[in-house]
Amino acid sequence: MSLQLIASRLQENFSTGFVKAVEWRGDLAVTVTRDRLHEVAQFLHDDPAMDFDYIVHVSSVDWPDDEERFEVVYEFYSIRKRQRIRLKARVPESDCIVDSLTDLWKGADFMEREVYDMMGIRFRHHPDLRRILMPDDYTEGYPLRKDFPLRGKGWRDTFEFLDETAR
Amino acid sequence: MGLIQIGRHDKDGTSDVIVTTIEKAVNWGRKGSLWPMTFGLACCAIEMIAAVSSRYDMDRYGAGVFRASPRQSDLMIVAGTVCRRMAPVIRKLYDQMPEPKYVIAMGSCATSGNIYDSYSVVQGVDRFVPVDIYVPGCPPTPEALFDGILKLQERIMLKPVFLKQPDQVKPSLKV
Repeated sequence: MSLQLIASRLQENFSTGFVKAVEWRGDLAVTVTRDRLHEVAQFLHDDPAMDFDYIVHVSSVDWPDDEERFEVVYEFYSIRKRQRIRLKARVPESDCIVDSLTDLWKGADFMEREVYDMMGIRFRHHPDLRRILMPDDYTEGYPLRKDFPLRGKGWRDTFEFLDETAR
Repeated sequence: MGLIQIGRHDKDGTSDVIVTTIEKAVNWGRKGSLWPMTFGLACCAIEMIAAVSSRYDMDRYGAGVFRASPRQSDLMIVAGTVCRRMAPVIRKLYDQMPEPKYVIAMGSCATSGNIYDSYSVVQGVDRFVPVDIYVPGCPPTPEALFDGILKLQERIMLKPVFLKQPDQVKPSLKV
């Protein structure tokens, strides 16, 4: 199934949620509204012509000047059909939440946790939404946001364990 | 004056008397049996592994017996980028090592954080453990690590054995 055909089928099936489809250097990137994200993903997962059975990666982008600041990026691959798609949805900072796709792809679990940890985007109905890279009691915020200072806010230089063990 | 003076007292010339100080003998034993602890954190660990394997053979300096337990080792080679979340682990393992113990910061990351001036990378392992030898390089070659080990052995020979060691954590390093 060609990339154009995938894009046009998505546009037919989701006329309300479809925002745009961009093909660049052989990769198809489809942007949808976040309220239809789960439905589109379900279609990509279940439709026999789509058959995207493997979730490659979940990531996120911070566009600090845009009105809808964040962007969640999913990448899917079909092992049998050998086709690839990138699915994007924009999220505003005030209501920073999207539907989790862990019910469709189990592998989204840790990757969505990483997005939550680094960018602070929450995932509705995620089974275990905790920080994954930073410690659970980390209080400085979300390090990959553009307004986070590059050197952090002091956590890397505080060693509270030193006083207990110093002789 | 060398480490050992051998007297030849027998009429036939065979040596049976060895004169040295206990301090030198103990230090000689310590420097010849450095048991490093396996602490590879990043790409420097690859060079550390290469230094141990047959082409370079760190065992020539008595420092080839890598132990997986801090209880059995007296040299910690911190090889690689130290993230803040790893810091308490390194400190705990350092505290579990028996005295006398030595630390080599191998590579730019363990020495100063290298280019990783980010929210999570500790800017040098000497912020929470005392470091004896810094080995520069990104990553250092096995020869550079050997140079560090030989420098450490020179330092061990100078250390007093029967004096209590001063506080190993400098107060200024307590952030």
